[in-house]
Amino acid sequence: MTDQQNSGPAASAPVVGLVLVSHSARLAEGAAELARQLGGEAPVEPAGGLPEGGLGTSIELIEQAVRAADRGAGVVILADLGSAVLTVKLLLDDAADLPGPVVLADAPLVEGAVSAAVAAASGADLDAVRAAAEEARDFRKL
Amino acid sequence: MTTSPAAPALDTAFFTAWITRAAAAIEADRVRLTELDAAIGDGDHGTNLDRGFAGVMRVLDTTSPRTPATVLSLTGTTLISKVGGASGPLYGTAFRRAGSALGDTPETDLPGLAAALDAALAAIRKLGAARDGDKTMVDALAPAVAALNDAASKATPLLDALSAMVDAARAGAEATIPMQASKGRASYLGPRSIGHEDPGAASTVVILTALRDTAVAAASDGHSAASGGPTDGREEPSGD
Repeated sequence: MTDQQNSGPAASAPVVGLVLVSHSARLAEGAAELARQLGGEAPVEPAGGLPEGGLGTSIELIEQAVRAADRGAGVVILADLGSAVLTVKLLLDDAADLPGPVVLADAPLVEGAVSAAVAAASGADLDAVRAAAEEARDFRKL
Repeated sequence: MTTSPAAPALDTAFFTAWITRAAAAIEADRVRLTELDAAIGDGDHGTNLDRGFAGVMRVLDTTSPRTPATVLSLTGTTLISKVGGASGPLYGTAFRRAGSALGDTPETDLPGLAAALDAALAAIRKLGAARDGDKTMVDALAPAVAALNDAASKATPLLDALSAMVDAARAGAEATIPMQASKGRASYLGPRSIGHEDPGAASTVVILTALRDTAVAAASDGHSAASGGPTDGREEPSGD
């Protein structure tokens, strides 16, 4: 899977993690399922809905997902819309106790997640994974 | 007999009484706020805020905040955690930043309160990236904060200053009716968002009215709003 010979860091360099935030638990889980299937090795954690069920955004669930997705190379978050985006921005504003660097990608949830997961699994760093997610905004389908 | 009632102390008990009154007012207005939201949003604003403030009351009932800043910080943190909609992070960061602006003082004054609400407005603007006229809570809060700052700079008595604040908030919320939304779910409606009051602006009026009413109740008691014993300031929030 890798052709980095002497230039690479350690044999198993940490991989960038992904967190998918949606108002809907099922949408977040489904998008994560798809991204894992296409992305391979990258950790992809869903954070959808409210802890007690129902549609909404939970800062606690997002924080837990960030911790679960962290492998030491940072975490890229993708969010669907509205309060999901606001809640992530707020979490990052007070990010004192989050592990490592955590960034929000300005990207569509499904296409961005797949693109970012593929990039992360290939060993891309945090900025490159975020860029891969954001490039998905311009993917044309027709 | 033209003496105005004594201004209440803006201490921890006052801020606790404000949040308590705001929680009751949001509960009383839950259906109205949700109906406003159903017209242009996703129809959960009243329900979400009521869930959030109910959580706030549980926290305030089981902790003993020592400063006004602690009351506001606990309020904000709980709203962020419990609301679940966009108003959670927005009001949550507003209350937390207002608390930070107060520092650890045991009691503030009108200029201090105005500065705290200024910080709340700045936090909402930063997080939501809403400008004036976007048909959001900013359209009620910005004129309210401007009116409060204006009153503070003229050394207006507290109750008059708070009344001017509420009047400005109400006028600002009414001014959202002809606006076209450009933030949030309502923006997907485009021109069809015109003709409805923004629910976030409406809930801002409810929360600021509770602040004014808390001061009025405390002043008519002649002492701080919640100095320990039973007071007369516990009647139903006056709503409109």
